[in-house]
Amino acid sequence: MPSSASNSVWRRVLSFMDKLTPALTFVAVIAVWEIACRVFRIPVFLLPAPSVIVNAAFDQQAGIWLGNIWATLRVAIAGYVVAIAVSIPLAVALVSYRFLSRTLYPALVVIQTTPIVAIAPIIVVTLGSSDLPRVVITFLITFFPIVVSTATGLEATPPELIELSRSLKAGRVREMLHIRLPYAVPYIFSSLKIATTLSVIGAVIAEFVAAERGLGFYIMFSTSLFEMPKAFAGLVVLVTLSMLFFCVPKAVQAWLFPWSLPKSNR
Amino acid sequence: MVYMTGPVIRLNDVSQVFGKHNGAVTALAGVSFEIGRHEFVAIVGPSGCGKSTLLRLIAGLVKPTSGNVEIYGMPVTEPRDEIGIVFQRPTLLPWFDVLGNVTFPLRHKYGRVSESEREQAKDLLSLVGLADFAHNRVDELSGGMQQRVAIARALLHDPDILLMDEPFSALDALTRDQMSFDLLRIWSERPKTVIFITHSIQEALLLSDRAIIMSKRPGSVREIKDVDLPRPRTVATLSDPHFAAMSNHLRSQLLEINAF
Repeated sequence: MPSSASNSVWRRVLSFMDKLTPALTFVAVIAVWEIACRVFRIPVFLLPAPSVIVNAAFDQQAGIWLGNIWATLRVAIAGYVVAIAVSIPLAVALVSYRFLSRTLYPALVVIQTTPIVAIAPIIVVTLGSSDLPRVVITFLITFFPIVVSTATGLEATPPELIELSRSLKAGRVREMLHIRLPYAVPYIFSSLKIATTLSVIGAVIAEFVAAERGLGFYIMFSTSLFEMPKAFAGLVVLVTLSMLFFCVPKAVQAWLFPWSLPKSNR
Repeated sequence: MVYMTGPVIRLNDVSQVFGKHNGAVTALAGVSFEIGRHEFVAIVGPSGCGKSTLLRLIAGLVKPTSGNVEIYGMPVTEPRDEIGIVFQRPTLLPWFDVLGNVTFPLRHKYGRVSESEREQAKDLLSLVGLADFAHNRVDELSGGMQQRVAIARALLHDPDILLMDEPFSALDALTRDQMSFDLLRIWSERPKTVIFITHSIQEALLLSDRAIIMSKRPGSVREIKDVDLPRPRTVATLSDPHFAAMSNHLRSQLLEINAF
């Protein structure tokens, strides 16, 4: 039956196309960008073509890239780790003690609603010019979603499980460790994914305010010299870094807590 | 057990009021009854008649506003070791396998599970018909199988009293009947004092020695009915004329309650 055979070939082509669609879209955008820059002769200082950006990236020595990447990455990671180390115990405390949630939560909201960009210069003046103010800025921008999400997860535990725990008289510490915290794992990890991009944003903002290294600094410095291809190259590296960082908590969750993923993702 | 005579559970004029002042809701008003050793008692009533509150009072999870609950003649002031609870939802822990869920109460209470306790848990899994599923993930099981795991979990510390809060209400009708017969088998192999909360008349009659019919707002005892159907009860019990007569009687009672 030739018609059914050609049908299955056609179906294969379609499913192959379906898998390729995201990549094809990306390639199409780049192509339009490149063509537009050439056809309309857009000045390089306004919008450099992708080919120009790639050339600028390879013109720069690898050592310079690595130095800048490391400067940004170590601040982002340090801020991220501190945020996790502070936020999860903080969420546990907020859920456990009504007094703390009444007193601390408003303060946390104030910190969260303060534009971090606005207080970043103040923090730099107060804490000096080491990595410390940059880590603090990154922490401030990163921690809040982790606190809120963890607290939500701790509160979302089915009441029957809490009753089971109470009927066993296991105590509140075990209730937290054996039931509430594991129950919050999917909530915690969804916030840890968001937090990766926030921590990169925090590190870059800190570099805008005061730094002599890092990708944010590199972009700002190149822009001030009107070297737009270099600035764009820095941006591409930054986005790539951010995306790779985003994949880390997902991988950790799949590795350590496979049960916490939806069935379709295992 | 030192205490062998007298009722296992006794409620003395128990009332429960939630909230205060104008917002106060009386969930239970003046409930009294006694339950004897190894008796199977069903508590039947419409939604909102305080059945679940009653169960939590007996479990020691809630304190009555007035009156008291006694177990073996001692007033209940906190949860007691003689009690196992099965909830409406299985509420298993997805991070443990089936066996881990059955042994969870021990791990939770004492921080460890011995090898002999693990063997007991495996015996319980055979008792509820899940011997081959000890190492399965709980989300691989059907709703009925999950509830069987929850029953095994409640039986682990060999409690004298089993409290069941509409345990089969989320299951389909066929599974439900099967679970009822299995529960009767388990109960005959390991006799316990059982309080079984349900809104199903059929379930109450099929399982229990006595059915306590509750009226609502405020929840109180309307009638205590002896279910004098012969045991062991089987599918044939369902077509017994006496079963039908009692079923009709209870249904008219419940319809009257709901009419208000």
